[in-house]
Amino acid sequence: MQRERLFQWVLKAGAWLVGVHVLVISLTLVWGAFPALKAFGAGFLWSTHWNPVTDEFGALPFLVGTLITSFLALLLSLPLSLAMALLLGEFLRGGWLSNFFKSMVDLIAAVPSVIFGYWGLMVLVPLVRELEMKLMPVGQSFGMEILPYGVGILTSSLVLAVMIIPNTASIAREVLELVPADLKEAGYSFGATRYEVVRSVIVPYARSGIFAGVLLSLGRALGETMAVTMVIGNTNEIPTSLFGTGNTMASVIANELAEATTSIHYSSLVAVGLVLFLVTTVINFAGTYIIKKMSVQA
Amino acid sequence: MREPSIQRRLLVNGLFRFAICGLAAAALVPLFLILADVFRKGSGVLSWDFLTSLPKATGESGGGIANAIVGTLMLIGIASLLAVPLGIAAGVYLSEVRKSRLAYFTRLAVDILQGMPSVVIGIIAYLWLVRSMGRFTALSGGMALALMMLPLVVRGTEEVLKLVPAHLKEASLALGVPHYRTVLRVIIPCGLPGIISAVLLGVSRIAGETAPLLFTAFGNRFLEFSPLKPVGSLPLTIFTYAMSPYEDLQAQAWGASVVLILLVLVTNIIARIVITRWKIQF
Repeated sequence: MQRERLFQWVLKAGAWLVGVHVLVISLTLVWGAFPALKAFGAGFLWSTHWNPVTDEFGALPFLVGTLITSFLALLLSLPLSLAMALLLGEFLRGGWLSNFFKSMVDLIAAVPSVIFGYWGLMVLVPLVRELEMKLMPVGQSFGMEILPYGVGILTSSLVLAVMIIPNTASIAREVLELVPADLKEAGYSFGATRYEVVRSVIVPYARSGIFAGVLLSLGRALGETMAVTMVIGNTNEIPTSLFGTGNTMASVIANELAEATTSIHYSSLVAVGLVLFLVTTVINFAGTYIIKKMSVQA
Repeated sequence: MREPSIQRRLLVNGLFRFAICGLAAAALVPLFLILADVFRKGSGVLSWDFLTSLPKATGESGGGIANAIVGTLMLIGIASLLAVPLGIAAGVYLSEVRKSRLAYFTRLAVDILQGMPSVVIGIIAYLWLVRSMGRFTALSGGMALALMMLPLVVRGTEEVLKLVPAHLKEASLALGVPHYRTVLRVIIPCGLPGIISAVLLGVSRIAGETAPLLFTAFGNRFLEFSPLKPVGSLPLTIFTYAMSPYEDLQAQAWGASVVLILLVLVTNIIARIVITRWKIQF
């Protein structure tokens, strides 16, 4: 009997510990960010100055940088990943070719982000720089200054887009496979073509699930650190154009935390982390909630 | 409203199929290109010497990544030691007690942890261990990685144990075997391949993590076996060499990338094989 009780106790303690960890993590972030939030108040989110030399900290440049790169990446990758999901979830169901593509996509999703970043740095940056060289005279005639850095917002969005294709594609594929076969067959029995079935049966049914998949990918893009840090240029100002450099919330933490000297600098970085944590958690929860609701329906 | 003619509908259908195939192919191109580039540029650097020697002083040619390989293995070891027992205990709890308030909150916590950006986990390890000990350590890096691995182990264990047929458990209980022995001797052995696969997937997720290591394990150019000292790691080596201006270091970063990709993909593939072979039994 005693062993039984001990065993139950160990299991319960395990479950408790996991919850306690998350609780303590949240409290640690709040506690670490407190000095900065107290010093700058809500202005922390609106101020555009981030200057470790004068100890002035405002997170707006990083909020803007994060949102622009993530949404641009989403926009760039969406047509590609949805096409991939439709191909694997509808056109090519089963068969070795489909299985091969599926496992390739899953494996590529496992490639570490630092490698995506390095590839972006060595392969994409020169390409973007060439593009910027060509665009420079065009930009000048419109009064816009394009400097051929190669690194910057556009390059980071491209790398992020490539990184989230496998994520969106595999979630959207799973959602498409949840569409009941009898609905689709009903469509075909009326003589609908495949395109018509996709447009008027599959997409309406799977819409919310696909949206959830997009949200989850957005969550990943927002928190992505290394790949962005390597190609965004790391300047603490609000990016002025697609070709300009910038910083995201994750990349500024990666760049500065180990070298932060004053306690307010370091507390401000923790505050940026807190904001990042809150944003990604809300987005992830919205995504998982929609998917759970949809799987229950199906 | 006039119905579109059948030719027109078939044409639209054909165009749609063409567009889907074209876009999907376009999505695959960069993905394959990355793998191809890494292996093309990295395989030339690989040699026994590259894997077993330490980095040379800046400017000298040659040198290897032995410190990074040892460091990565050490970090994975520490993370697994911390995350696996806790994760399995919590996973068994969730599969045994499916509906309780504790189970609800634990699942919530696992969801939050799973979605947490790795750099935020790095901040936590930095605040908990680096600040309090006053130096960068392998232990703090391992703890950050353990936090990233934990949700995968909990979820994997829970899902797999839920799949174990109820009649096995009932048969054992009917024979008068106590509950704890039933779990330890019947349920866990049945789900063991699934648990192993979850652990391997966790390892493959953390092996390439860089962001939390920047301010925890920090990196080290020398071989270091103590968990209380900074250690190097493959992803950190790739990052620092990639950002360096020296061409031979950049070439070595490609070599380290090949080693890291192989490590990640091989654990990932083994995890998948283990789980598919096991599924056939039921």
